[in-house]
Amino acid sequence: MNNITSTTDRLANTIAGTVIRHRWLVLLLAILLVVLAGSGARHLEFSNNYRAFFSPDNPELLTFEDFQQTYTKNDNILFVLQPDDGHVFKPPVADAIERLTEQAWQIPYATRVDSVSNFQHSWASGDDLTVDNLYRNGISLPQKTLGKKQAIALQEPLLYGALIATDGGATGINVTLNFPEKSLTELPTAIDFARRLATDIEHDYPGVTVAITGISALNNAFAAAGQTDAMTLIPAMYLVLIVITLVTLRSLVATLATLLVIAFSTVTAMGLTGYLGIALDPIAMTASIVILTLAIADSVHVLVSMLNRMREGHDKLSSLRESLRINFLAITITSITTIIGFLALNFSDSPPFWYLGNITAMGIVAAWLYSLTLLPALVAILPLRVKHRAATTRPSDPVMVRLARFITGRYRPILAVSTVIAVSLVSLLPRVEFNDQWVQYFDERIEFRNDAEFAMDNLTGLYLIEYSLPSGEPGGISEPAYLAGLESFTDWLRQQPEVVHVYSYTDIIKRLSKNMHADQPDWYRLPDERDLAAQYLLLYELSLPYGLDLNDRISVDKSATRVSITMQELSTVEVRQFLDKSRHWLQTHTPSTMQAEPTGATVMFSFISQRNIESMLRGNVVAVLGIALILVLSLRSLSLGTLSLIPNLLPILMTFGVWGLLVGQVGMGAATVSATSLGIIVDNTVHFLTKYLRARREHGSERPQAIEYAFNTVGWAVTANAIILMCGFAMLATSSFRINAEMGLLTVIAIFIALLVDFFLLPALLMIGYRTKETNYEHETAIQTA
Amino acid sequence: MNMKLQFKPRSAFSLGLLCVSLLTASTAYPLTPEEHGFEIAARSDRSDRGFADSRVDLKMILRNAAGKESTRTLAITTLEIPDEDVGDKSLIVFRTPADINGTALLSHAKILDPDDQWLFLPAIKRTKRISSVNKSGPFVGSEFAFEDLTALELNKYDYRFLRNEACAELQCDVIERYPRYEHSGYSKQVIWVDQADYQIRQTEFYDRRGDLLKTLVMDDYRNYPGDIWRPHHFSMVNHQTGKSTELMYSAFEFQNGLDDRNFIKNVLKRQR
Repeated sequence: MNNITSTTDRLANTIAGTVIRHRWLVLLLAILLVVLAGSGARHLEFSNNYRAFFSPDNPELLTFEDFQQTYTKNDNILFVLQPDDGHVFKPPVADAIERLTEQAWQIPYATRVDSVSNFQHSWASGDDLTVDNLYRNGISLPQKTLGKKQAIALQEPLLYGALIATDGGATGINVTLNFPEKSLTELPTAIDFARRLATDIEHDYPGVTVAITGISALNNAFAAAGQTDAMTLIPAMYLVLIVITLVTLRSLVATLATLLVIAFSTVTAMGLTGYLGIALDPIAMTASIVILTLAIADSVHVLVSMLNRMREGHDKLSSLRESLRINFLAITITSITTIIGFLALNFSDSPPFWYLGNITAMGIVAAWLYSLTLLPALVAILPLRVKHRAATTRPSDPVMVRLARFITGRYRPILAVSTVIAVSLVSLLPRVEFNDQWVQYFDERIEFRNDAEFAMDNLTGLYLIEYSLPSGEPGGISEPAYLAGLESFTDWLRQQPEVVHVYSYTDIIKRLSKNMHADQPDWYRLPDERDLAAQYLLLYELSLPYGLDLNDRISVDKSATRVSITMQELSTVEVRQFLDKSRHWLQTHTPSTMQAEPTGATVMFSFISQRNIESMLRGNVVAVLGIALILVLSLRSLSLGTLSLIPNLLPILMTFGVWGLLVGQVGMGAATVSATSLGIIVDNTVHFLTKYLRARREHGSERPQAIEYAFNTVGWAVTANAIILMCGFAMLATSSFRINAEMGLLTVIAIFIALLVDFFLLPALLMIGYRTKETNYEHETAIQTA
Repeated sequence: MNMKLQFKPRSAFSLGLLCVSLLTASTAYPLTPEEHGFEIAARSDRSDRGFADSRVDLKMILRNAAGKESTRTLAITTLEIPDEDVGDKSLIVFRTPADINGTALLSHAKILDPDDQWLFLPAIKRTKRISSVNKSGPFVGSEFAFEDLTALELNKYDYRFLRNEACAELQCDVIERYPRYEHSGYSKQVIWVDQADYQIRQTEFYDRRGDLLKTLVMDDYRNYPGDIWRPHHFSMVNHQTGKSTELMYSAFEFQNGLDDRNFIKNVLKRQR
């Protein structure tokens, strides 16, 4: 029955022997491997497009891409200008707007610039239709003229609440960009250019504040957040690890060896990532931190066992060989379960999680490999001395033994209390609400967050919902029925409290109608004939300057127009409610030809959590089944393997309960935490149950004694391991990117709860049905192992 | 040199030709790239002279980035104004889509000022003068600006010669031209003018930032009596948006006996 153990023992012995004999060669090969793999790091790039969060077949992304093909790409930079005295229409500020409008054309990949100065205002004079900038040469205009311009801007539905604040106190300059998307340097080039323009304006026009937002600024923030994390979290992580290993191992050489293993593992994984051509994003980026945290455990296990033996008086090489023998299987199994957990992320709907899972999995394989090769080779080469202990056998641990006796003595009340706590926490699960507001993905360390809030506080909303409303036939947008439907939809939207601004074609055609009738206000209405509407549109189109055309508003065959709705800052749930409401309104109030699906980044993000949960559900099932299989095989007990799922699944459910109680809202990352934490926390159960079973099988102990043995042998190791993991993921919780911070914090909670569950609930569960004089284990479980 | 000279009449003729071309080459030598570029453009412009007036039907096919198409048809009548400082006059009558049928646009092109333009709207039977300093926006939603459609007006640009190179089966002069009109949508254009017929074969349009915006290829050149060349197929691709427009001209009719009186505001309403 010890076939597996003896086989793996023999394998471990062979590996240990070979590595120690050829230590220099192994070291050389490890260095060669890390250099070869690590050189792939030169291909590493940071993705800077929010679309990277959506899989190529994400339905919302497909709708949006279709939309962009019809109109134009939606990337933009929005400059927000705010004079400190709250008056935009004054000569110097008017001049600043004109200058920035002109210069913004020079931003790389800019295809269009819209501002209050170049707004194409149209008016009638006699038989002339004049279409021109709202104003020119603002610096030389008398205040009275500028006052009139302000009145026009504040009455213009296309500007009011979008490019001019409702109180006239701030204004926007919107730059539409069309990136060829051939190189990742395109975006930073454009953003840097825009920043320089903003700085120049702030410098030359004292009292004017300029902020930069828009989709392109958001995209840039994704890269910025990833890089901020890489620069702050990784060094901090190394510092924490050095302290932890020094405390645990109390040996400089051992700490150095551990650090090398960790560094090699990370570099190998990141290098391979580079070769695979994966573009990093803030989420995938965390793989490097996760690998650091997970890789340390393997080395620590090998080194602790070795150092203990050395302290007992054995020589270094024999201790090393013995340590490898006893740890080989445990390290392998825990690596496999963790790999399963992370590979399950491939079920996610969001590519960054695939990358996080795959990069981490590569890192764990590398850590496993280096812990069994590089680590022993280094230890064999480097001088390593320890103080011998007097006693040759390990003393029993008073704290752990007392804890074990406490639990085995009172397992019924413990079970009852645990059940109550678990049930009440799990019942809080529905309080968790998913929210993916992308402005809030970033914390205040990221410039974008502050600029975005500035824009929302002073000018307009940033969450846009787009509709492409079809008319059903080429040229159909001039049909009176279509225009009437579009107008009432626009009116309805403007009445909704959550709507800040609506851009609709009906505002243009109504203005033209007025212009064609000597600017009489009562002619501000829809043309009542198709030909008339089509000809007004033609007239207007012939009058527009370069870059300010309607091609981004009207489809090429004039069969559809675009309605852009700027929203207040809403939670994802509220956005979805609004989408349902607006869709329903369209269905009940407009012709069947006019139905359309809302789209845009806001829409895509409002479904991302839901899609991630749905897709990760399968991932979790696969992870649970895979890990359960590993448990059953490694424990060689179907009943214990299955039982062990309770202390592993329960902590994850309880974690979300705690989250529901303390925080409430969570972003798209939450769905993936269950699979990864399962892979991580299961390790401690494996360690505990292995020792428990050894006591039952090999020493013939009764249950309480076996539990005591398990507590005594692995109690502290399990605790130390949990502390290391919690430190690592706590570091992640300080990420500037909310998804990462949430994943980190959730994992910390899960590990902590899992530790408590392993210490209290698991032994109590093992005690169920125990009577004092029990038959021995082999007999009791004869049926199962047969 | 052991080259054998044979004084056959043909050789003498060749020699003479060589001398003449050497002479012209040497007189061309002091030309600056700007003068050289202007000379090529002027020669191309002159090759276009003397058509008096023209009439042609045009089909435009507009395509968006997804390849979706839309078609417009229109008729263009042009009156040549020999004075290089005054632009030609043109009358465009839209035929399809049906809802703009009969809409007519009269333009009196200017060199450095905004064109004078009037549009007749049959739905209200009224003519409106379009007053706008900048009409380089897309013409009826196409990738052509109005200024790309109208005949080359020599003095609208400054020129600079770039190089000679092969273009398809022809040899072309490549010159840059810079719009002199301050509200033009372009910072420059690069044109390929063939050396055989002096016609523009290709134009690249650069946006205000100096980035390549659009490329126009003109082909299916046909020669009309009076040695007048006209391309019958234009293909414009916008590199920044992925949209494109094709123009297909039917046969041109020249010298229809039109004059200024056919290009005044009052004729617009008679175009139905």
